[in-house]
Amino acid sequence: MKKNWWKIVCVVLLFYTVIAGFMMDVPRKPILNETIRNQYFHVCMWFGMLALMSISLYYSLRFLKTSNIADDVYASQSANVAILYGVLGLITGSIWAKYTWSEWPTFSLKGWWINDVKLNGAAICMLIYFAYTLLRNSLDDDTKRAKVSAVYNVFAYVLMIVFLLIVPRLTDSLHPGNGGNPGFAKYDLDNKMRMVFWPAVLAWILLGLWIASIAIRVKLLNAKKLNLIDLSPLDQE
Amino acid sequence: MVIAEVKALIKKEIKTEWQQRYAFGGMLLYIASTVFVCKLSFNTIDSPLTWSALFWIIMLFAAVNAVTKSFLAENAGRTLYLYTLASAQSIIVAKIIYNSLLMLLLSVICFGVYALLLGNPVTNSWLFFATVIVGNLGFASLLTMVSAIAAKAANNFSLMAILSFPIMLPLILTLIKLTKFAIDGIALSVCIKYLLTAFCINIIIVVLAYMLFPYLWRD
Repeated sequence: MKKNWWKIVCVVLLFYTVIAGFMMDVPRKPILNETIRNQYFHVCMWFGMLALMSISLYYSLRFLKTSNIADDVYASQSANVAILYGVLGLITGSIWAKYTWSEWPTFSLKGWWINDVKLNGAAICMLIYFAYTLLRNSLDDDTKRAKVSAVYNVFAYVLMIVFLLIVPRLTDSLHPGNGGNPGFAKYDLDNKMRMVFWPAVLAWILLGLWIASIAIRVKLLNAKKLNLIDLSPLDQE
Repeated sequence: MVIAEVKALIKKEIKTEWQQRYAFGGMLLYIASTVFVCKLSFNTIDSPLTWSALFWIIMLFAAVNAVTKSFLAENAGRTLYLYTLASAQSIIVAKIIYNSLLMLLLSVICFGVYALLLGNPVTNSWLFFATVIVGNLGFASLLTMVSAIAAKAANNFSLMAILSFPIMLPLILTLIKLTKFAIDGIALSVCIKYLLTAFCINIIIVVLAYMLFPYLWRD
């Protein structure tokens, strides 16, 4: 129980996020109105995704150093949960965009996808990690798969960060926080929103870690059943 | 990494290429027929953005075609022999340098054919020249590394595109922007920022390849 305190924190914070996120007062902004509450869910997904991808990167680097298959399991399962978060982020984002951007008269495209830098950045992250899973699936040998995918993970993560840093500066964006649109930093100044937002970020990251830890445990147990790795040090935990 | 090793390896790459001249001929034919298809489909291109995007997309596919074979075409025995002779770093650096040279040659030819059939709207030639050099170095180094990764897996040609296209986007978008600047004749002081960005992406790719490749080659 002592080791599980963070799971309790996660559940409490998630309840707080959902209840306070929907009940508390938010600033009334033109166009955005109540949709501003999406910040507690949509933006947190990207925080969670990046956190999980960074964890995946850490374990990939560790695998390259130690060649321990367990590290590879940590890296791949974190990446899988990162993909889940990314998909959820895309869904929450596009529902939000449908009711805010698409109503704008200047838009000829009234679809669920708008050609926008941040959206494309998100799509690229997804493509990279789908490619990562595909690469893993196309390799049969365990050690080889672990090594090759770790190398690709490091290579792709760095270039993804480059993408996220550079490309938004190349063009203007519709997304809040770019090109004169009121953004994330501006709402952040609102103390009431900050009180929900940062706990929400923490809650979603913890939930991601929780899901990943279960997925990792399942994978490790499967591997143990097949006698692929020696898990005696982990059993003592 | 030893300079002499790298030199010898580059020489070996050039000799292998010369022995397989049909492969190089194939690439030239690929460029010619792609540009011809574009000519027939577009007839004329008025928009600078379309011109530069199309140019870089053709270059992208030519690059994938040309660079993919750098690790895939080697047979297992010869690769193993090579690794006993030279260090992994020398091999990746030699491959990157050789592929960059190949890509530069291909891009000059591609630009020639492209300009001949679809016109040459470039006003700032120096900027365009610099963009082509930086872009092809980036294409060559990134694709060399990805081809080393893809060579380890089955079904590697489609894997090559899947793995490389998403991570190539920052480079391609910067290059298209720069080419558009070269066509519009924007002052160099504005463009230098983007040129430096593309250059920095190149440096990052080469450093990553240099550091990661030694983990990759051993089976």
